[in-house]
Amino acid sequence: MIEIENVRKSFGQLEVLKGINLTVQKGEVLTIIGGSGSGKSTLLTCINGLETIDAGRIVVDGTDVHAKGTDLNKLRRKLGIVFQQFNAFPHLTVLENVMLAPVKVLGQSKAEAEAMAVKQLTHVGLGDKLKVYPSRMSGGQQQRMAIARALAMSPAYMLFDEVTSALDPQLVGEVLDTLRMLASEGMTMICVTHEMKFAREVSDRVAFFHKGVMAEIAPPEELFGAPKDPELKTFLAATH
Amino acid sequence: MFSYNFHWNQAFKALPQMLDGALVTLQIALLSMAIGLVVALALTLFRLSGNRILNGFATVWVEIARNTPALFQIYMAHFGLGSFGIHLSPYTALLVGIAFNNAGYLAENFRGALKAIPETQTRAGRSLGMTPLQAFRYIVMPQMLRIAFLPATNQMVWAILMTSLGVTVGMNTDLAGVTQALNAVSFRTFEFFALAAVIYYVIAKAVTLAARLAATRMFRY
Repeated sequence: MIEIENVRKSFGQLEVLKGINLTVQKGEVLTIIGGSGSGKSTLLTCINGLETIDAGRIVVDGTDVHAKGTDLNKLRRKLGIVFQQFNAFPHLTVLENVMLAPVKVLGQSKAEAEAMAVKQLTHVGLGDKLKVYPSRMSGGQQQRMAIARALAMSPAYMLFDEVTSALDPQLVGEVLDTLRMLASEGMTMICVTHEMKFAREVSDRVAFFHKGVMAEIAPPEELFGAPKDPELKTFLAATH
Repeated sequence: MFSYNFHWNQAFKALPQMLDGALVTLQIALLSMAIGLVVALALTLFRLSGNRILNGFATVWVEIARNTPALFQIYMAHFGLGSFGIHLSPYTALLVGIAFNNAGYLAENFRGALKAIPETQTRAGRSLGMTPLQAFRYIVMPQMLRIAFLPATNQMVWAILMTSLGVTVGMNTDLAGVTQALNAVSFRTFEFFALAAVIYYVIAKAVTLAARLAATRMFRY
């Protein structure tokens, strides 16, 4: 369970999170929508401790992420995150990309890590690209590799930060299909996205962020079907 | 009027001796590069550490290495340290002086290379649970070494040529030292040094070509 309590975060003068309260249950798929600068991506990087917070707290399975003495490296093993940029490690093959962290961080044997990597890469449809270097692959393939790389750590939660935003339009589908598959398998996911159709299909709940505030949160039928917040109405009208 | 008579035979007879010297030259250059690489990596980590003392130490090293004559650096290793009771043999002093110089230049190469690697690479590594050092070791460093590899071969060539400064601290077993000794007894200055220059040239070229070949083999991405 991820518990977010009254979290505030500023970059200099700009307050990007103005007291966020949110709880994500095991097995839930939560999508976060909203305009750019609404604070949704910042929240994700606060959850895995890549960013600090100024007030409030974030608790993952009972561990306070930003408390002194929290072993963030250990905590991050259970929080997979995939970014807008694919961040493939260019000097490693696809297989090596996925094997690296399980071997170096989890201390798995090469054989063990390879078996897991092959399984995850096959799962995301890259079973035939094991020996290829990332520079030889499309953006969609690199992004699916990044997903497999995160999954190879056997995380309890997956955080997706606008993972289709840097993709050519014709490549968006294959990555969304991968996310749909994970959702249907019961993975706990928080997805920051601009893909409204996707959000409507896969989410248990959808949250709408506006200027650092979570303006509305509801099941997708309700949020998209009968939005209450005026800003959300404007936002949905603009995106449709 | 041009009245010099060439005596190439004397020089060619001394060729085996000079080639032995060339081996010593190559040995010093390789060793100084190996030491320089390790120190340059340490200096790079110091600079990344965020610790002001370590960062300052690395900056001072790089500044001195790059902005003072190599001859001065080798002199300091021999006579400078000698003043403090640390007496290095000509061989060791030459090695230390060149390694000092190499480390400074290589550290600067690494700094340039690091700028070409996006910060998001480290971020991705940290997200997978790596410590900062692990992210550097397994993700950033291999990319950095690749980018810095060809510039570093320039430094290797420079190291080979710098060994010739050893004669100023009494080095007499490397190519320049051997040549100088032969010159002192025969006065065939032009012949001996011309031959030495050819040998330096061949070694330097061979190193450059070998590095290019190695690069295409090693870096397949």
